[in-house]
Amino acid sequence: MGWMVRIRKRFGFLFKWIFKKDKMRIGIYGPPNAGKTTLANRILRDWTGDIMGSASDVPHETRRARLREGVKIEVDGRSLTIDIVDTPGLATKIDFQEFLKFGMDEEEAKRRAKEATEGVIEAIKWLDDLDGVLLVMDSAEDPFTQINVTIVGNIEARGLPLLIAANKIDLPNASPARIKSAFPQHPVVPISALKGLNIDNLYKLLAEKFG
Amino acid sequence: MEGVQLNLISKDRLDKMPTMEKLRMILDEVKAGKIVVLESGLSPEEEAKLIEMTMLEIDHENFVGIEVESYPQKVVKSFFKKFFSKKEGRLTLIGPANRLKTLEKHEDQIRALVQFS
Repeated sequence: MGWMVRIRKRFGFLFKWIFKKDKMRIGIYGPPNAGKTTLANRILRDWTGDIMGSASDVPHETRRARLREGVKIEVDGRSLTIDIVDTPGLATKIDFQEFLKFGMDEEEAKRRAKEATEGVIEAIKWLDDLDGVLLVMDSAEDPFTQINVTIVGNIEARGLPLLIAANKIDLPNASPARIKSAFPQHPVVPISALKGLNIDNLYKLLAEKFG
Repeated sequence: MEGVQLNLISKDRLDKMPTMEKLRMILDEVKAGKIVVLESGLSPEEEAKLIEMTMLEIDHENFVGIEVESYPQKVVKSFFKKFFSKKEGRLTLIGPANRLKTLEKHEDQIRALVQFS
């Protein structure tokens, strides 16, 4: 029985390809503070003139998944319509004490921590309802974190197409090459969602990968 | 003698355990302050489930989460193996987030620090 489930999972992408939907539902994933919402805002601002939500330096700013449907992207004569799901940052630990450093009182910090735990669960559940994933990593940080390894493993296990955005290349210690060498089996596009660097290349790859 | 208890679980024992029993055992041990070492690790789906269960049990006082240390899965180049072989997890170490800290992590080497209480 186990091998049948495995085959179904591994070949799921073939069924998805044959019975392709009019629009793909793409989840933006990553650890906290990788720049997921900043990237979602960049994409929406470029193609709809709107934004997804507020971004900040405080971890777990996004604690509920946000869905924006029907975003039309046009690149080199190709058109791609996607639903974008901006997910809360994934983590294996959430300590309210971390939020105290950002000037919150204990009650507020605990409430934020509780909402963040719920957000992580919601982000994991969304994985079952997606057609592809845009994984955002911070180029200035070590890519070999357990969260990155777990996300990539789960996307591969579900047979979902994956594009890695090596974000924050505007930072002096950024190294997208480190991300490329850590995950050589997946396409990596270096970008700065905040400054808009190399975003056109991201759209081109999005159209190729998910179009 | 004071110290941190390490529980080393063999691949044979892990293979015999259903997912939920395995994850419950890990979480109970970790919440009791122990470090669990799994010879064959967890599958990506089991890791995701473990994170979900951890989030449900964080109480913001005594238990703030887990630290997991494992190597990335090896890239399978053979077409046949890619689609028909079962993905095996690699050696994995799991502990309470307030006692276990990653120092450095590479593709084939992990350095971690275990703190006494």
